[in-house]
Amino acid sequence: MTLKLPIYMDNHATTPVDPRVVEAMLPYFTEIFGNAASRSHSFGWTAEKAVEAARDQVGALIGASGKEIVWTSGATESDNLAIKGVAEFNKDRGNHIITAQTEHKAVLDTCKRLEKEGFDVTYLPVEQDGRVNPETVRAAMTDKTILVSIMLANNEIGTVNPIEEIGAIVKKGGAIFHVDAVQGVGKIPFDVNAARVDLASLSAHKMYGPKGIGALYVRRKPRVRITAQIDGGGHERGMRSGTLNVPSIVGFGKAAELSRTEMASEAKRLFALRERLREGIQSRVTDTYINGSMEHRLPGNLNISFAYVEGEGMLMGLKDVAVSSGSACTSASLEPSYVLRAVGVEEEMAHTSIRFGLGRFNTEEEVDYVIDLVVGKVKKLREISPLYEMAQQGIDLKSIQWAAH
Amino acid sequence: MAYSEKVIEHYENPRNVGSFDKDDPNVGTGLVGAPACGDVMKLQLKINDQGIIEDAKFKTFGCGSAIASSSLATEWVKGMSIDQAMGIKNTQIVEELNLPPVKIHCSVLAEDAIKGAIADYKAKRQSAAAGPAPSAPQKAAGVATQKAAT
Repeated sequence: MTLKLPIYMDNHATTPVDPRVVEAMLPYFTEIFGNAASRSHSFGWTAEKAVEAARDQVGALIGASGKEIVWTSGATESDNLAIKGVAEFNKDRGNHIITAQTEHKAVLDTCKRLEKEGFDVTYLPVEQDGRVNPETVRAAMTDKTILVSIMLANNEIGTVNPIEEIGAIVKKGGAIFHVDAVQGVGKIPFDVNAARVDLASLSAHKMYGPKGIGALYVRRKPRVRITAQIDGGGHERGMRSGTLNVPSIVGFGKAAELSRTEMASEAKRLFALRERLREGIQSRVTDTYINGSMEHRLPGNLNISFAYVEGEGMLMGLKDVAVSSGSACTSASLEPSYVLRAVGVEEEMAHTSIRFGLGRFNTEEEVDYVIDLVVGKVKKLREISPLYEMAQQGIDLKSIQWAAH
Repeated sequence: MAYSEKVIEHYENPRNVGSFDKDDPNVGTGLVGAPACGDVMKLQLKINDQGIIEDAKFKTFGCGSAIASSSLATEWVKGMSIDQAMGIKNTQIVEELNLPPVKIHCSVLAEDAIKGAIADYKAKRQSAAAGPAPSAPQKAAGVATQKAAT
């Protein structure tokens, strides 16, 4: 098979829809188009049946019952609904929320909004390997703590948090436990009962399903109550009004089923590809640094800093490969990734980071092509890097008084 | 983000990459930006005794627009007098490379690098005229630092 360019290695951003998922979805656009909330005819009943089957498929992936799945438009909405919904419902009980500095913006910015409304939020620091230390959760909890929100796996550095240990601590403290599980679900085992999770955010398009559909797992036993954030026809047991997106829900269900049945073999394959990529690069390029834990990491993630080579300049050289960088020289602030900063990566190194996200459809051949390309571009860009030149001359870059701008 | 064809062309084929001996009395070195900000440009000018820029070299740590801005700057200054080179404005670089607003700071750095190199050259000439140079100040830094006010 000949290599097809460009190569997609940004599977943390989104994934292509698996053809088997597309196939499952298609009839629901045309033949089976009913509104799942229509009770008076077969069009509605058939759609409803498909939606309930998908609920069970998504529930099965996380050890939950289909009855505990609430459909949303995506993980951002799920995070908003979980956090704001808990905060609003429990505001008479307490006003303290705990989360971590490396969470997704959908969690952080929701918490910031709540801070403006009078809630106290603790943003826990993380260890140098990127993981939340469960003891910091324990130490931060007070009798005012109503919610703890910690992600399963990080979207930039792929670090997997000790969710089960954190869950036990949260439950002991009597708070509600929300997990943004978007990046981990379907890739590593995640069981809402083992981790004592009350609420979990899920997204279809990170697991080879369609975009625009997500879910919030809401525990039924014991029942977790949240205040709806979208009002209307009272769909989803009153927690999220709005006509259900039946084709996408069917697709999400199929994607969840495929992820569940193929997780073990896929994880093994992705891990091997990731290690091939890492070894291929690190054996041929000096001064590279892996960001985040290698031990507790999503199998398809590699986040690596190439000293003396700015990330965006690097991306431009990798134009046939879709990856992303922790450098943010397009943003007005010029600030690099807050996740890398939180794990103690210095700003200059954060600017040199590249995130590779391997997925279901990547091949060994593609990995080998990317290794050669990366090695060549780093070499070329180091030749034109004044920092590399100074480092070669033995000049300590920290001894220079750089003019900040 | 889409880069302009000219930026891509300079990125793929950067002009005048390299370094001159920074201790050469005819060489002025400008080093601007900071690693923590994601951009560092080093621009060197070889200026003859008539004040004409005979040659220019650069090295840049930064995005494609930063590399292209400095590459273009070295191309432009060659053959210019000091005064002409001092007259290069970042807006000319923006225009030539079709830089989007988020990349304007790259052009500012390139302008600052030219001015920094000329300032370094002038400082060298002055200290040479005033007598033997003091024992190599700032050997560790080796190059002038210049405020890049963006």
